[in-house]
Amino acid sequence: MTAPILEAVGLSRRFGNFVALNNVSCTFQVGQLTAIIGPNGAGKSTFFNLLTGAIAPSQGKIRFAGRDITGIAQHEFARIGIAKSFQITNVFKQLSAHENVRVAAQMRTSRFDFLRSRASLTAVSERADVLLQRVGLGALGKRLAGELAHGQQRSLEIAMALASDPKLLLMDEPTAGMSPEETGTMMALIRTLSTERTVILVEHKMKLVMGLCDRLIVLHHGELLVDGSPDDIRSNSEVRRVYLGQG
Amino acid sequence: MIAKHRVASVLVFLLLFPLIMPYEALALNILIFGLYAVGFNLLFGYTGLLSFGHAAFFGVGSYLTGITIVHFGLPWWLAIVAGTLASGVAGLLIGFLAIRTRGIYFSMVTLALGQIVYYAFYKAERWTGGENGLRGVTVEQINVFGLTRDFVNPLTKYYVLYVFVALALWLVSRILASPFGAVIESIRENENRTAACGYNVARAKLLIFTLSAVICGLAGALRALHLSIVPIDSLHYLLSGQAVMMCLLGGMGTFFGPFVGAAVFLYLEDVATSFTTHWMAIVGVVFMIFVLFFPKGIWGTLVQQWQRRASSVETK
Repeated sequence: MTAPILEAVGLSRRFGNFVALNNVSCTFQVGQLTAIIGPNGAGKSTFFNLLTGAIAPSQGKIRFAGRDITGIAQHEFARIGIAKSFQITNVFKQLSAHENVRVAAQMRTSRFDFLRSRASLTAVSERADVLLQRVGLGALGKRLAGELAHGQQRSLEIAMALASDPKLLLMDEPTAGMSPEETGTMMALIRTLSTERTVILVEHKMKLVMGLCDRLIVLHHGELLVDGSPDDIRSNSEVRRVYLGQG
Repeated sequence: MIAKHRVASVLVFLLLFPLIMPYEALALNILIFGLYAVGFNLLFGYTGLLSFGHAAFFGVGSYLTGITIVHFGLPWWLAIVAGTLASGVAGLLIGFLAIRTRGIYFSMVTLALGQIVYYAFYKAERWTGGENGLRGVTVEQINVFGLTRDFVNPLTKYYVLYVFVALALWLVSRILASPFGAVIESIRENENRTAACGYNVARAKLLIFTLSAVICGLAGALRALHLSIVPIDSLHYLLSGQAVMMCLLGGMGTFFGPFVGAAVFLYLEDVATSFTTHWMAIVGVVFMIFVLFFPKGIWGTLVQQWQRRASSVETK
């Protein structure tokens, strides 16, 4: 077995007296499509925010490809090869869809260059076109990101996350607020993405990920409840009780 | 057309500008404050950071130009360079402290640091002339490539300073069209997302803060030569406020907007002061009307109209 791409070692996070996440350890393998699931308030978002460096753990460590990345700056994540898409749509609203992706793609070539013309970075611009095409926004490049429909903005965000060509892509509820058709398209996109890189998703709707993922991690009350294949999860009585029993 | 050749368009306009103004000194004032507002707009309109302390950079540029001429006898052009660089250093220092904060705290920190600079120059009377300002920044003749010109002639002065303004506008335009220009606009739109894209937001802010200070410092340096004196109000927070007003009036986040804002502001001031000492009341009312009814500013509204017309033609 190869070394895990991402590893959580005894991760805890407290907010005041409230323990949002308690001593969670798990590993994520290269190429595996993993979903982190759990009912509301299970600590999924906290776990996601810890893994993507948006918040710092109270205890524990995070390793990426064997390297300790606990507490590194937010912008370092994209550079070492970890990209994320947010739960709440997070795009540059007053910029065109193309410019959104272009800025994200430009990161690898040019960050503080203030005398060159950005039009001269043709490879970056072409890459943005390709990525827009990829997520189904090929015809909408000129539109302002803020004018796109909700589902399109979420797709745009994924194009932005892909722009840095990450080894690992983390997605926080990628289908939140989407219509059934949009959800279907998104699921298909996630499936193809997972064939070329490691993908971890946080999802609330268990049914969606059952047929999609290689592996599921179930959180409950901030603790890791079960970690296993979809079949393991389906037959697990604990999971049924806390999760399936509800709905 | 104007958008494509924005620097050229602005420069042609500014070349003819003194001819349409009632007198040259007003044209010079607008030229200088227009540049000041353009520098401020880099931070305010394009990066989304509202500084209330930009008078510090304008003033430092002015004072250092004056001091190097009066106390060290530097040639005028070298004094401009010295003043501009000094503002850059001031921008780096103040920016370093201010970018740690966000929103209203950022504005307050820049205001406070600006006031510190004000009092430092106010107290250093031996160098700055204190309350009376720094007198004797006189440059009567200038010599460029063997050509001697009378710098007291306002039209000559205008076109000499115009060259510096032209260079600065070209630089600002380059910055905005650069890859880094895209990064600062992203920061304005969404700071977290920009960081998630892999950009060091703090460093980008510090760089644009410093560049903005350099441009504002150059404007200050030019004013020292224009007035032949550096008044202490060059550092006053009122001047910081004026930059905000000029940007909002003309249209923040547009290339030419701050210049339009500066022109309207100073022209109104000029007209209003001729019949009342309470000119600020008049300018204030005009300002409020624009903020309420034309939130994109004069130039911003015009640009929007043109774009709307262009896109409606396109769809037809």
